[in-house]
Parts: sequence; C-alpha cells; structure tokens
Amino acid sequence: MARTDSLQGSLDLLVLKILSRRPGLHGYAIMSAIKQWSGEVLRVDEGSLYPALHRMEEAGWLQAEWIDKDEARRLRVYRLTPKGKKQLSDEVSRWQAVTSAVDRVLRTV
Amino acid sequence: MSLWSRIRNTFRSGRLNREIEEELASHLAEGIAEGRDPAEVRRAFGPALQIREESRDFRLVGWLDSLRADAIFGWRQILKRKVTSSAAILSLALAIGACTSAFRLIDALLLRPLPVAGAERLYSITYESPSPMDGAPVPYDSCSYPMFLRMRAAVRDQAESIAISMYNGPTDLTYGSDQDMERVNFQYVSGWMFGVFGLRPAAGRLITSDDDSAPGAHPYAVLSYDYWAHRFGLNPNIVGRTFRMGNDVYEIVGVAQRGFTGTETGFATDVFVPMAMKNPRTLASLNSFWMRTLLQLKPGVDPAPLQEQLRATFRAIQEERVAGFPGQSRRDRERMFQEKLFLEPASSGRSNLQRNYRQALEILGLLVALVLMIACANVANLMTARAASRAREMALRVSIGAGRSRLVQLVLIESAWLAILATAIGGIFAWWSAPFVLRTINLGPNIARLDLPMDWRVVGFAFGLACAVTFLFGLTPALRASAVKPASALRGGEDPHWRGRIMRGLIAVQVAFCFVVLLAAGLFVTTFQRLSDQPMGFSAERILNVESVTKSPQSPALWEQVAERLRAVPGIEKVALSGWPLLSGENATGNISVNGAPPAEVFSDFVAVSPGWADVMRIPILDGRDFRPGDVNPAVAMVNQAFARQYFNGENPMGKWFERVDPVAGRSRFQIVGFIRDARSRDQLRLAIRPTVYIPFASVDDSGALKPVGRGTFVVRTARPNPMTLGAILRKEVANARPGFRVQDLHTQVEFDQTDTVKERLLAMLAAFFGAVALLLAGVGMYGVLDYFVIQRRREIGIRIAIGAGSADIVRRVSFEGFAMVLLGAIAGLAIGIAAVRCIQSILFQVRLTDSAILALPALTIFTAALLASLPAVIRAARTDPVKMLRAE
Repeated sequence: MARTDSLQGSLDLLVLKILSRRPGLHGYAIMSAIKQWSGEVLRVDEGSLYPALHRMEEAGWLQAEWIDKDEARRLRVYRLTPKGKKQLSDEVSRWQAVTSAVDRVLRTV
Repeated sequence: MSLWSRIRNTFRSGRLNREIEEELASHLAEGIAEGRDPAEVRRAFGPALQIREESRDFRLVGWLDSLRADAIFGWRQILKRKVTSSAAILSLALAIGACTSAFRLIDALLLRPLPVAGAERLYSITYESPSPMDGAPVPYDSCSYPMFLRMRAAVRDQAESIAISMYNGPTDLTYGSDQDMERVNFQYVSGWMFGVFGLRPAAGRLITSDDDSAPGAHPYAVLSYDYWAHRFGLNPNIVGRTFRMGNDVYEIVGVAQRGFTGTETGFATDVFVPMAMKNPRTLASLNSFWMRTLLQLKPGVDPAPLQEQLRATFRAIQEERVAGFPGQSRRDRERMFQEKLFLEPASSGRSNLQRNYRQALEILGLLVALVLMIACANVANLMTARAASRAREMALRVSIGAGRSRLVQLVLIESAWLAILATAIGGIFAWWSAPFVLRTINLGPNIARLDLPMDWRVVGFAFGLACAVTFLFGLTPALRASAVKPASALRGGEDPHWRGRIMRGLIAVQVAFCFVVLLAAGLFVTTFQRLSDQPMGFSAERILNVESVTKSPQSPALWEQVAERLRAVPGIEKVALSGWPLLSGENATGNISVNGAPPAEVFSDFVAVSPGWADVMRIPILDGRDFRPGDVNPAVAMVNQAFARQYFNGENPMGKWFERVDPVAGRSRFQIVGFIRDARSRDQLRLAIRPTVYIPFASVDDSGALKPVGRGTFVVRTARPNPMTLGAILRKEVANARPGFRVQDLHTQVEFDQTDTVKERLLAMLAAFFGAVALLLAGVGMYGVLDYFVIQRRREIGIRIAIGAGSADIVRRVSFEGFAMVLLGAIAGLAIGIAAVRCIQSILFQVRLTDSAILALPALTIFTAALLASLPAVIRAARTDPVKMLRAE
C-alpha cells in the first residue's frame, strides 16, 4: 500500500480542515473524506487515525460525542472547538509557509 | 479536555477501554457496511490492541494509572496475608500512635507558638542562682515589679517588656455571695500586653496601659474567650458585670480574642487584671519576687547584646538589693552576685509546667521513636521475606519488560499501604492517649489545662511520619526486589545471602533499641520506687485536708470551735488545725539563732499546728510534750530530729532555747517543749528532711493579744478508707459551724504525697509500657526471622540430618547465629545506654548504671525473650524429616 500521507503534521491539518467544513463526522467518515477530497491521492493509515483523533481531543481542539446510529450501534462523532479553529488557522499558515518555501527552492535551483 | 478529565479517565479506565473498543469496532462495521471485504478492512486497520494502548496513553495520566494499578495490587497482597499484615499494621500503629501522641504533648507544651503577633520575637528573662547547698545553678523565672520597671526602662528602645504574675494555682472569686465562690485561673498582666500582642476584643474592650497607670485605680478585668464560653455561654451582657476577689471588686470590661489564654502555657488563664491592682506593698517591694518578664523584641533586634545590657542592669539591681540587707552574711552576698540573667526564646509562652516536663517529654519522645524503629525493623523484615517469596513474580515482571523504577514503585506502594493503615489506626490511638497522659499528671492543687488540638500540625506530623516509615522499611526491600536477575530467579536458585544479612542486621538493631528502652524503663521504675519509698515520717492514709478561709480573720479560739464541731461528725476520728497541709508546696522558713549567735546559714521550716496535730498525723513525740491549749507562738515550739542535728549537734534539745531572726520583725524567742520525730514538710522528696520547727497555731502580737487568722487547714483523720467521701459533709459542716467560715479546697494527704512523684510515675509507667511493647515487637521479629531462616535452609538441614547430624548439632547451628545477633545488639544497646544515661542523670534518683541489677535485668529479659522466640524455629529445624524434605524438592 502506497503511503502518500506521510508529510509530517499534515494529518492534523486535514482532519481539522475537514471537521471545520463538515462538523459531526465520525472516524470512518473523516477517513473517507480525506480520500475523496484529495482525489484518492492521500490515504490515511486507518488505524493511526484514532490515536490522532484522541490526541487532538485531549489537546482541546476537538470535542467528541456519541450519537446513536441504530439500536445496536453508536458512533463517536467529532467537531471543532474554538481552540481547534484557532489551531486550524495556525496549521494552515504553517503549511502555506512550508509549501511556498519548498516551491521557492524548486524554482531557484 | 483537560488534565482533570484525564485524571478522571484514569480512575475509570475500564470504561475508557470499552469506549475505545467500541469506536474502533464501529470503524470496522462502517467499512464492512460500505461493502469492503471484512478481512481486508481488518488488515487495513492494523493491530487494534496497539491502537487502543496508544489512544489510552493520550486520554489518561500514565503514571497515575500505574500508581492506581499498583495500589490495587498492593492492597490485594495485603489482603492475601491477613494475619501477618494485621500484625505488622497493629505494631506500626501502636508505635506511630505513640509518636504522634508524644508529638501532640511536646508540640502543645513546648513548640506551638502563642496565638499573638510577633510570637517569634518573644523572649523570657530567666535567672540562675547557685544553690545554697552545693552551688549548683538553680533556675528561676521570677522577679519583683521595681526590677521589671528598671529593666523595661533599660531596653525600652529595643523591646516591649511585659510583666505577668507567676501562676500559683487557682484563685477564688464570686459573682454573688460568699457561698458562691468559684475557682478561676487568674493573672495580673501589664496593661499594654493586649496591645503589644495585637489582640482584639471578642466583646467590650481590652485592658490598656491607661488601666495600669496608677496603683489600685482601675479595678477592671478581661475574661478569656474560653472562660466566657464555658462559664457564661458567650453572653454579651457580661461586659459591665462585677465580681469580688478577696476584698476587691472588679468590673469586667471585655473578653479577649478567641484562642488566647495567656502566656502561661499549660495553665489557661481565665481572668486578666492590670498589674497595678496588685497590693501596693508587694508592687513597690524590690524583694517580692512574684512575676515574670516577657520581652517582645522589636524586628531586627539581636537578643545577644540585649542580654548583656540586661545583665548590667541586673547587676546594678543586685547591688542595691544587697545594700538593703545590712545583716546579710558574706556568703549570701556573694551568692547574690553570682546570680545570672538569661534571655531565652519564649515563642510558645513560658510556664513552670514547661520547665518541669520538658526533659521528661523529650525522653518520652525518644523512647517512642525507638519503639517505632523496632516496629519498622519488624515490617522491613516482613517485607524482605515477602520479597523473597515473590522473587519469581518479580523476575517475570522484569522479563516482560517492567522497568526497575516500576518495581520499586510496586513494592513501595505496598509499604505505603501498611504505613497509611497504621497511621490511621495510630491516629485514633493518639487521639485517646495524649489526653490520658495529661490526666495522669493532673494531680493535686495545680491542674494543668493544656489544649491538645488535632490540627494540621499534628496531621502533618503523622503524615510525614507515615512517609518516613514507608521509606524506612520499604526502600531496601523495594530496591532489592527491583534488582532481581530474572535468569537466576526463574531457575529458582537466587542467592539468598543478602537477605539473611539484612534481616540479621535488623535483628541486632532491634535488640539494641529494645535494650535501651528496657534499660530506661528499669532506671525510671527504680527511681520512682526509691522516691516512693522515701520516708515521710507521718501516716497519710485516711487523712483529709479541709483547706478553709474566713471572710475576715477570726480568733484562733473560733477556729478551734469549728474543729470541735467537725469532731462530732460521724466517720471522723480526729481533727486538728494547721496553717497549711504538709507537702502542699506551701512553706515558711525562718533564720535560726542559738544562744544569741548570728543566724545560721541553714534555714528551718516553720509549720503552725494545733494541739493534737502530731497525733492526727501519727508523728511520734520522742521527748517532752505536745502543745496544750493556751500555748502560743512565740514562746514554745516543737522541733524535729533534723533540727537537733543541725543546731544542737544531734543532742536532745528538750528545754533549750532558740531565736527566730526576721530582718523586719527582729528576734523572737522560743523554748523547745517537744522533740518530735522527722517528718517531711516540703514536697521535695529528693532532698533530706529539713530542720523543722512546729509552732502553735495561735499567735500573739507584741502586746500579747491573739492574732486573728484568715486561713487554715482542718486536718481530719477519717474512719473511711477513702476520706474524700466525707468532703461534701465537711464542706457543709464548716459553713454551718460559724458564719464567715468556708472550705476553699479539699485534698487527701495521699494526693499531696503523690504530687511530687507525678513526673517520675509518668515516666516509669510509660517507659515500662513501652519496654513491654518493645520486647514484644522484638520477640515477634526474632521469631519471624529465625523461622524464616529455618524454612530457607530446610534443604541443607535435611541433607545434614540425612548424612547423620544429631539434633543437638542442628539446634546449635540454627540457634548460633540468632544468638550472635542478640549478643551483638545487646552490647550495642549497652553502649548507647551508657552514653545516654548521662543526659538523664538529673531526672534519676539514687540509681546508677553501676547497680548490677539495672544492667542485668534488661539483658536477662532480652535473652529470655530471644530463647522463647527461637524455640519454635529450633524445634522445627530439629524435627525436619529429611526424606519428606528432599523428596519435596
């Protein structure tokens, strides 16, 4: 399986961005959204998504709640907290700084 | 989510696990619902357990979780061995409780700062004068008011000086008629005291310097909050009420701040009045020593130069005092100049109770600390033995990746459980025992009132103690357990020698400490016995002292009438009169001159007694006669044997004359009409019986008229074994006999006899108790260790027996090392004891380490205990069945 999501820190950015657009997604849906919106280019390592979600929840960026899917099953859905929104804008500007820097290098060399 | 939520998650980690599992399962279910192949979904997901662990680490506090797990595991370990665990906990609890209890007493009496502003800058002026007997320094605290004023002026810029009257037992006062007299603790204090101490009134106002400006001008009183609460139920209308004390009427102007009960630690003061209300003659006298001086140093003032300054002032005062005694002998004069002034820290107040009990409490603290050490050694051995049986478990833990620190934590937490449980039980013991000790010393006229709060200081001490003992007995086993080498331990052949060394060493330590405690117990018990066996010279049984006063002084004849009336009360055998009870702490002395010579260096005690008194007290008259009705003071006297030895070279002094020399009243002549056997007049059992002169209860003045008497004691010999049962009847009889007569206090003579040995009795009692506890603990410890050794060596013993060793040989082998340890410990204990006994010599009486019994007794006791403790192990060793033993292996 090709790993194309390995850019350090980009997973947080993607999760935050997706949840800012579509709050109330559960883990599987977040994973699907990343795959879909990246045009199937980026793929999250399914298992590692959950520790990341829980870490961000502990950091206070995300808030989680259980909703009933049907009688037998519950889903844990996530949404951004105000702190998470701020974190998203930080991450976005950091990402842009990094990519523009990389661009500059590519152009000049 | 926050740290708090992580802590919460830690304590519901089961639920957390389930939630994570559920979320992960829902992921798989979603994937399958999407139409993916279940096996592929699972493969893509990866190792669920690892993911769960990773998530867990984010969502709870790791170290807290391991702590929680270890605490639960430790608790189960304790429950698994209920008997040994409870034995360890109980012995520790007793020791920790005793330590906490000792701390409560020491803290309350000696350490706790007074609840006043600048308590840390509070100092007390104390003095030392060379004893007239042997020149040894005798400490005292008191001085006269003019001395105080002089010193106050000398250090005015550097300190606030406060005068406070010495506490001399409770005083009578009444809010109504004379029949409603009640006793309170009462003190004269400088008017500015409350201001200097920064105290606020709880009601009304406090006494100020204005109230202390002119002698007798401001009869105002301030109550303590405690007294206000228990006597008046916090009634605010109390301000403005009056009470009568002696002939003075005082008005209550206010109540002091809550928590302040004066500076006389151990004797809570109920009523404060200004210094200026003391009778003017005493107030003006340079030689009436009745008050103590406290200094509150201004911030930044160094006490050392201040002490020098005060010494210079004191020297000037002594010169002036000496000039006022023209007839003084040279030796006395020199002694006065040898007196020394000291400035001592007094942040916890200053009282005679502190002076009397400081050393005793410190010794007690040391003894209980030793007992605690013994108990700790026991638990350490228990933990070591337990660690041995858990070597395989530890090795397994190491093999599957447990870190060394985690193993230390595991064992330490188990120790902490023991310590916490022991401290909790010990706390209950301390809650009960500290007041018990206080009750034990409360005998006789001066009842100590000491607050023994269980506040953060005590709780903090107990908590610190629990932590300290945890490390004391838990750390070595924990470190050892964590150093386990899995390969050898799992093979089952770990080197057991280190364990044996530690356990044997601890046994030696236990024996040494136990020896010291037993030695101390022996010394204190002997001291108490020797003191109790000091001859009194009179018979105290069935004697009740009815200490009485009259509203205004009455003729001795009327006192005799009251005595006559008491003689008619059923249950009473004999009644006589005296100025005060023997051994009550009250004394009068006189300078004796024989044949007109200059007064002798040694003073005599003077006791006023009525005819028949010697008979009531059962003091035999050796020669001459008892007083007769009509005998008066001065003119006739009875003297004791010590008097004859001191002034008449031990010859029969019958019919001879002597003079009592008073610096003010001059010389009065006495003829000796009776020669009476020695009897103790003072509460100083450590000293020889003093030369004593008995004078008639009835005195005449210069013109030959009888002097009226305002205070006296009816000494009553009852027919009942407990004379106190007649107290209520006698109280009523005295009041009914004549108007104006009133019983102030009732004390049995036995009570007075015991008062002087209270401290020694307390030490003897507690040292004996802790000696027994120490012996028991050390014995149990020895038993456990020897038994453990035999079990450890059963294979070796089995082989020895199998190849023909006799049981005598086995017994010798098993018991030898145990007794070597006991011997080593006893020698160490002896060395410590010899070094320590020097520090407590002053508290001992007629007992030295050179008494063979003093050393032999603890040694014998310990060896007997060791013998008993090793018996089960030795029998077990000798009975080892080699066949069974070797087959089991």
